[in-house]
Amino acid sequence: MGKDNAHKREILIYAACKFASLAALFICIIALVAVIAFVAIRGLPYISMQLIFGDYGKYPSIKPALLGTLYLIAISVSIAAPIGIGSAIFLTEYTKSNSRLVKSIRIAVETLAGIPSIVYGIFGYLVFVVALKYRYSLIGGGITLSIMILPVIVRSTEESLLSVPRSLREGSFALGSSMVRTIFSVVLPCAASGIVTSLILAIGRVMSESAVLILTIGMVVNKVPKGFSSPGTSLALDVYYFGSHGYPNEAAATGVVLLVLVVTINIIATVLGKKYGKGDLANE
Amino acid sequence: MTGKAYQYIKARDAVMRGIFLFCAAFSILALSCICVFLFANGLPFIAKTGISNFFGRKWHLSSGAYGILSMIAASFYVTALSTAIGVVIGLLTAISLYKFCPQKAVGPIRQMINLLAGIPSVIYGLFGLIVIVPYLRDHVSPNGIGYGILSASLVLAVMVLPTIVSVSLDSLNAVPGSYYEGALALGATKEQSVFKVMLPAAKSGVLAAVVLSIGRALGETMAVIMVIGGSPVMPKSLFQSVRTLTANIAMGATELSGDAATALVATGVVLFFFTMLLNISFSLLKGEANGER
Repeated sequence: MGKDNAHKREILIYAACKFASLAALFICIIALVAVIAFVAIRGLPYISMQLIFGDYGKYPSIKPALLGTLYLIAISVSIAAPIGIGSAIFLTEYTKSNSRLVKSIRIAVETLAGIPSIVYGIFGYLVFVVALKYRYSLIGGGITLSIMILPVIVRSTEESLLSVPRSLREGSFALGSSMVRTIFSVVLPCAASGIVTSLILAIGRVMSESAVLILTIGMVVNKVPKGFSSPGTSLALDVYYFGSHGYPNEAAATGVVLLVLVVTINIIATVLGKKYGKGDLANE
Repeated sequence: MTGKAYQYIKARDAVMRGIFLFCAAFSILALSCICVFLFANGLPFIAKTGISNFFGRKWHLSSGAYGILSMIAASFYVTALSTAIGVVIGLLTAISLYKFCPQKAVGPIRQMINLLAGIPSVIYGLFGLIVIVPYLRDHVSPNGIGYGILSASLVLAVMVLPTIVSVSLDSLNAVPGSYYEGALALGATKEQSVFKVMLPAAKSGVLAAVVLSIGRALGETMAVIMVIGGSPVMPKSLFQSVRTLTANIAMGATELSGDAATALVATGVVLFFFTMLLNISFSLLKGEANGER
């Protein structure tokens, strides 16, 4: 009889655990939706032509930030993409065993991925502002960001290169193609959509980043950047600046713009990744 | 003629291999550069200031006191509290997505969570600033201050949720289904099988999720500085303006110069050291998780 009761109690306890987990799911969804909903509700009414396209004068504007973000994307992706893709090609095509070099490259990539962005910011500050005496600039921030997004590009490019069937490479070799030719005319075209997806994700990362930039590009919110070497700001940085300088409404409006852009980019990446995912390639 | 063409192709192959090798080695180069710049600037400063001053309790720039103990403590509290909240909710969410919620809903919920993982941290900070801080100030806080460890921990807990959910769900899904069926066959209820058999079997993956989220919480800057307040004092209450390691770097960076700026670099060295510890334990755990199966 006692044993029966203990058994019943245990079943009840675990049933309670089940309800706790369903409650947690509910809380989790509510919390995540709340983040977007509150920012959107607060920010949407304050989105105006003045805010987005106006000149920064009496009223704040995010035109400098939009341009700054574009500059940063251009700089960081054009540096990180070739290096990241090249490095993924080396890791997948040229190395067979787990040699010491490959291991240390992998450890380096993993470590780079784990470094907090503020530490990248210090690095950029030390290199561009202190050592090169170049003051705060978009180019300094962009180069620092390019190191930061390198692991993103390397990892996902590697994945899409690995998903190209081995037989395609072997076929190409059997036809007498060289290694370089095989890579550029067979492997890369097959993996193209995966690589594009990884670049889009990297762009999303650049747009979201702000801790690196606070130390490297100077957070000049009120001047349109004149070129790569001028100081500037970015959308994410503007959200922080407005938020911490007493413009929470403008911060929320900028946040909405940033959210829309980032979510769009992520959706594009997801759709691309699904459409040309591993499954399709294997069927071809 | 063919010999020449062959040699050209061979040379081209060799050159391209060199270029790809350089690209791959770039990561190592970049990492070494980061270490060299950080340590070369930070360590001499720590040595000059003295260990006891640098790890002391007092941060007062004009009197040359660069103690970061209060920030280490604040970082520790914020990280611990946010991870605790995030892990409890995130892990339970993963479990319910794994077996207890309608399977049709799992796909869309996961996609939504993945999408939320990409939201910029500054948005989470803004959410904290316009929602959590005022709410805590008006309804919860005993002293009328909304900023502080509790706000930062709540913001970070929400922020790390997507990571915890997807990593632990992946590790639950990686447990062979026969474990579950075996437990059911032995007479366990559905709930017992999940909590007593599947969860322990996914242990190392779940631990990896925990370590990953600790790393994110510790290294997060923007979401924290918007809600933490920023006073460099020892944390004594959940509702009190304090300053974490990351906040110290970001808040001082744009205004300071000279010794004070180097003090921030030294703070970065400490932060870097802690994150490296976490990274190493993460890769060990991940190795263990892969080795199990």
